[in-house]
Amino acid sequence: MIHVSLTHYLVVSAFLFSFGLYGVVTRKNAVMVLMGIELILNSANINFVAFSKFGNYGLNGQIMALFVIILAAAEAAIALAIVLNIYKTFAHVDVDKINNLKE
Amino acid sequence: MSDITLVNLSLIILLLPIFGFTILIFFGKRFPKLYLLETTFLGIAFVLAAIIGFVKLGTLTEHTIIFQFTWIDFGKLPLFGHLKFILGVKIDNLTAIMLLVVTLISFLVHVYSIGYMHGDKRFSRYYAYLGLFSFSMLGIVLTHNLLTLYIFWELVGLSSYLLIGFWFEKKSAADAGKKAFLVNRVGDIGMFLGILILFTNYHTFTYDSIFAAIGAGHLPFNSPAWLTAAGILLFMGAVGKSAQFPLHVWLPDAMEGPTPVSALIHAATMVAAGVYMVARIFPMLTADALLVIALVGGFTSFLAATIAITQNDIKKVLAYSTISQLGYMVMALGVGSYAYGFFHLVTHAWFKALLFLGSGSVIQAMHHEQDIRQMGGLRKKMPITYYTFLVATLAISGVPFFSGFLSKDGLLLGTYAFGSLTGHILIPIFGFTVVVLTAFYMFRLVIITFHGEPRNQEKYDHAKESPKVMTIPLIVLAVLSFFFWYSPNPFSSESGWFISKWIPTPHSVVPENMRFNFMKTAGEAAGHVQNGGEAIVHSPMYMEALHHAHYPAMILSILLAALGIFLAYWIYQWKKVDPDMLADRFNWLYKFSLNKWYFDELYHATFVAGTVGLGKVLAWFDSNIVDGVVNGAAWVTRKVSQFSGAFDHYVVDGLVNFSAFASGFLGLVLKKFQTGKVQTYVVFVVFSVLILLLIFRPF
Repeated sequence: MIHVSLTHYLVVSAFLFSFGLYGVVTRKNAVMVLMGIELILNSANINFVAFSKFGNYGLNGQIMALFVIILAAAEAAIALAIVLNIYKTFAHVDVDKINNLKE
Repeated sequence: MSDITLVNLSLIILLLPIFGFTILIFFGKRFPKLYLLETTFLGIAFVLAAIIGFVKLGTLTEHTIIFQFTWIDFGKLPLFGHLKFILGVKIDNLTAIMLLVVTLISFLVHVYSIGYMHGDKRFSRYYAYLGLFSFSMLGIVLTHNLLTLYIFWELVGLSSYLLIGFWFEKKSAADAGKKAFLVNRVGDIGMFLGILILFTNYHTFTYDSIFAAIGAGHLPFNSPAWLTAAGILLFMGAVGKSAQFPLHVWLPDAMEGPTPVSALIHAATMVAAGVYMVARIFPMLTADALLVIALVGGFTSFLAATIAITQNDIKKVLAYSTISQLGYMVMALGVGSYAYGFFHLVTHAWFKALLFLGSGSVIQAMHHEQDIRQMGGLRKKMPITYYTFLVATLAISGVPFFSGFLSKDGLLLGTYAFGSLTGHILIPIFGFTVVVLTAFYMFRLVIITFHGEPRNQEKYDHAKESPKVMTIPLIVLAVLSFFFWYSPNPFSSESGWFISKWIPTPHSVVPENMRFNFMKTAGEAAGHVQNGGEAIVHSPMYMEALHHAHYPAMILSILLAALGIFLAYWIYQWKKVDPDMLADRFNWLYKFSLNKWYFDELYHATFVAGTVGLGKVLAWFDSNIVDGVVNGAAWVTRKVSQFSGAFDHYVVDGLVNFSAFASGFLGLVLKKFQTGKVQTYVVFVVFSVLILLLIFRPF
């Protein structure tokens, strides 16, 4: 049976980060961008937990992951509020078109 | 009377006329009677001069009064030495006599002018100029140094210019003034150089200090030639002022001025200033310089006399006569006959002033007609003018019992002795020829003007004797033209007080080997006559030659004068020979003389044309070369600025524009990255991080 090592975790985390990043970069919908950010945050959480399990850091990683989850929740709340306001103003949430400051 | 009193008196004499000048120039127009003030001033000046003359010549004969003070002291200067200017007054017998001559003639001319210039619209200004002239002339007489001499020298030149051109509405008068001024300038340049040579070497302008330095053996630039050069250069000033050949051309033209001015300035005083100056510098003249002076003087007297015999303008005849007599004086100084040269200056001043004032009287009677061919028979109409004129004519012709005979005889004696001692017989030949010519042209003038029948009846009928204010000066001057003022013996002045007491020949200070043989000091002193405190030192040889020449010279001069007078009577009074026939017979000689030896034409063709030609060349140079350079510079500047403009336009502006364009282009490029899309930025960040990782990879 395949021994699950740190590398596997890190690879999963890297994929997750990449998908997240891809989502952030490519999606036009602000909600989808937020979801990409969630993915990135979760890839970071996997890293924290994995390093906590394989390293000599005690439970610091797990605690940190909990903090990140809390932060992600807070972030999602604020970001969704912003997105709601954007929708109210522009009647869409396409991040490409929210460029009023550019001109 | 003490020295300082005499000096003060002389300064008052000097300042009175300039005081009058100042008043007249400023207030003359408002108070037309002010000319009387000026005349009074000159009268006072004459009285003071008479006092000085009486004291100086009577009791202080052997005493020279010098009053001097330092005007500016610059201290020691590098490359020069001690530089200071000392001004002062020197009163010796020469000065005392000149003071009398100048103040009296000036006073008489002032009085005479009241009549002659009556009704002139610039009457006050005329008197102001006379005052300026008197001041300047007295300055020349009184000064004891070359610096102030030069200043006053130029001032008399200025007043002469102003008075010649007094009637400047007439073009000929204005031109004559200009000519006199310019011709004088030529001589003054030489004089100035002479003064500079002396000043550079001796650091002083004072006559006596210069003579002392030369006497002590310091020659200018340690060279005898420079001493001769200094003497000749100083003499050049006299050549200009005293109208000697070759600068004599201005004096005849100067007759454009009012006749009293001609009497005062261009006959009696200013033109004699040159002679006076040569007399002043006489001790420092070398044999060579004296020879030049004698030849110039002799030739001038001959030249002018030959011109005078054919002139028809009464004033022109007198003008050439003046030049001729001035030549006499200069010649006398040149041959070492110092006392007689100066003596002739004094006697000539009286009788020539008289001749001019007399001619003025005639001219006024004839309503400003100056051509003697229009005159004739005036003797009956104008007896006083005629007889005084005759006295002066006799005096200038050298007839015994008149002053002219004494001085002329003395100076002819000097030339005779000079000729026999040095072999320069040309000089006595000039001297004796001029006696005939002088007597001839003067009597020609008298006979044509006063004798015979009137040629212009209308003018003759209107002619009348001049008023007293004009005739009294004539009488005074006529009295002064007799012999008894100068010597008790009418045939010889040698024993008279003028020659034997008042005018001692000064010591020559030039080195012995540069003197004429007969002027060598001769320690044996056979001809050593103690005279006026200063020794007249002539060698026995000279005294002997003088002694030998005495009677021959005197008899010769009387005979020659008689010959001249006889010829004049023969041709013009008795009409034995027709003068027109003579003129035809000797046509080219006559033309030559009538046209004044063509000097004016010669100078016109050479100097004037040369100057004009030079002017044209310079104008061409100016308009082509100088302007060309300027225009070239302008062209070059324009080209440079064009280039610089192009450089600015293309290179500098190009750089600026390029940098602007470059930033713009860069901005354009970079603008693409600034999409405003956060996602794009994120992509950039990610790739940047990846690149940074690649660069700083820890593995």
